[in-house]
Amino acid sequence: MTVKLVPDVNAEKRIDPATRRLVRTGVDTVLNPYDEYAIEAALQLKEKLGEGTTVTVFSMAPESGKETVRKALAMGADDAVMLTDAGLEGSDVWDTAFALAQGLKKHGFDLVICGSLSDDGSTGGVPGAIAEYLGVPGFTNARHLDVADGRLRVQRETDNGYQTVSGPLPALVSVTMAVGEPRYASLKGIMGAKKKTIAVQTPADAGIAQPLGASGAKTELLEFAPPPARSKARVVTAEDGPSGAAAIFEFLKEKKLA
Amino acid sequence: MTAVASKRTGNPDPVDFLDIDALLSGEERMVRDLVRDYVRDRILPNVAEWFESGRIPRDLGRELGKLGLLGMHLEGYGCPGASAVAYGLACMELEAGDSGVRSFASVQGSLAMFAIHRWGSEVQKSEWLPRMAKGEALGCFGLTEPDFGSNPAGMRTFARRDGSDWVLNGTKMWITNGGIADVAIVWAQSDDGIRGFCVPSGTKGFAANEIHRKLSLRASVTSELVLSDCRLPEAAAFPEVRGLRGPLACLNEARYGIIWGSMGAARACYETALGYAKTREQFGRHIGAFQITQEKLVNMLLELNKGTLLALHIGRMKDQHRAHPHHVSFGKLNNVREALRIAREARTILGANGVTLEYPVIRHMNNLESVLTYEGTSEVHTLILGEAITGEAAFA
Repeated sequence: MTVKLVPDVNAEKRIDPATRRLVRTGVDTVLNPYDEYAIEAALQLKEKLGEGTTVTVFSMAPESGKETVRKALAMGADDAVMLTDAGLEGSDVWDTAFALAQGLKKHGFDLVICGSLSDDGSTGGVPGAIAEYLGVPGFTNARHLDVADGRLRVQRETDNGYQTVSGPLPALVSVTMAVGEPRYASLKGIMGAKKKTIAVQTPADAGIAQPLGASGAKTELLEFAPPPARSKARVVTAEDGPSGAAAIFEFLKEKKLA
Repeated sequence: MTAVASKRTGNPDPVDFLDIDALLSGEERMVRDLVRDYVRDRILPNVAEWFESGRIPRDLGRELGKLGLLGMHLEGYGCPGASAVAYGLACMELEAGDSGVRSFASVQGSLAMFAIHRWGSEVQKSEWLPRMAKGEALGCFGLTEPDFGSNPAGMRTFARRDGSDWVLNGTKMWITNGGIADVAIVWAQSDDGIRGFCVPSGTKGFAANEIHRKLSLRASVTSELVLSDCRLPEAAAFPEVRGLRGPLACLNEARYGIIWGSMGAARACYETALGYAKTREQFGRHIGAFQITQEKLVNMLLELNKGTLLALHIGRMKDQHRAHPHHVSFGKLNNVREALRIAREARTILGANGVTLEYPVIRHMNNLESVLTYEGTSEVHTLILGEAITGEAAFA
């Protein structure tokens, strides 16, 4: 499955005005929380299919992210590949998907499982684009998946309900939080993770010839702004008595809730 | 501890002020994060209720077992063989939840399982350790008696030979997990010196009576064990060990975990007090802006960081087989004493809110009163250190 490393979700995010990119230095890196569901889905599938199934973590990340990738191994994945190169920094959705697709092709796969979006970029565009570059069926927003007889069967979440769709392997699927809460790593998993392989793949290894990263990006970030600060809450306490109740009623009326 | 804020702003983190996090390996941080996440998800939402109703869920054993935290520093027999530092970090995070939860894991891993691992026969190890590591079987440790706490050498529980059997009579007191244990490790006098026994809880003549009306470690089962003509086969006895060194080796393990655990409780109190001081307003300003509150918080910060460094230092010594039991006394005495002071100081910052279970402070404070006394009282650890530096034993 593919995983992205993102800044600590609880850390305050800051954008560097010069590069217009999120400042990642000095902020702890964690697994993209949405990707933890992809790991969970992959491990569930492996448990179902049994021996002979290998779960590989595939991540495009700087080598300094190894410790974070190891967390996915501690949860139970078998090995990991990190596609790493300074030239990949600043990749947009298309470059990221292209690079990952090239790397995945080189490595080989039956099924690629992705999280549905990333906590930092939040585009949600990468899984579909990887499927496109791989030339395989892409199933997005899956709440349940199953593999049998060389076919993938997926229950998709849509705005109106669920769709059940099926397609041949190899394929790609992105999963939602409905696949099940990501499991805790165990102490044995953590201690075993240091013996598992994290292979490093360069763009050249993946057969990528063209420039990617900031120089090859097809999109450009024009402007950025922090979300507007929340206005101060109006506080009504019991001591306000009937006038407080009236104030709450007025507020609800204003919002068309009463 | 998280050092996120520090790296970004350049200012030290308000909790991990000395960036002790940077002294841990990636694997150690992963163990710490695992236990911290578990405590956040499963312990903290429920523990005030457990404390108030005076119980602890039986499932806790299986959950901790699944994470691999029971007997985690032992090797073989289904135990993962983690380092002393990793074990300490787990104790710290568990006790940041509640001292009762940490006690549960300490008694299982460091007292009952360690005793079997260190002193048990091959049959005893194979029978009990794999199930205990999974939390399917629980253990307790019976050394203290109603009249013999700091002076276990005087114990009255006696194991009498009867043919090839042993017949045990006596009472053990203040036994954590006693009423929920499947096996009790019981230490008894015999004609051959003090001996240790694995007593399955279903054995005729063995009874565990829960001790009620505690105002400390309420989220923990504490029992009295009564042995009346409790007949055991020879195979129930630990084969080799004689004398107090048997139980004392186990106590040294559990005391080591407390050096870390107490700082977990202290951290929870400090973080609560700091958060409260930064939001609670009196006289039109946050109480954290008043000099007396700042002095309290800073004193807590100093002792929390010093105590955590001490725990890590003793942990590294233990991993290098350089930690003497006196070092463990040093750590237990200092860190529990300071943790209790931090908890009491935090309580004053929270004012009246500090006495309710809405905040974790009074729960930790009451728990730490037990932690100060069990596993060697602060007085006895003081005298152990006193003897170590003067050569004069003041307690025997």
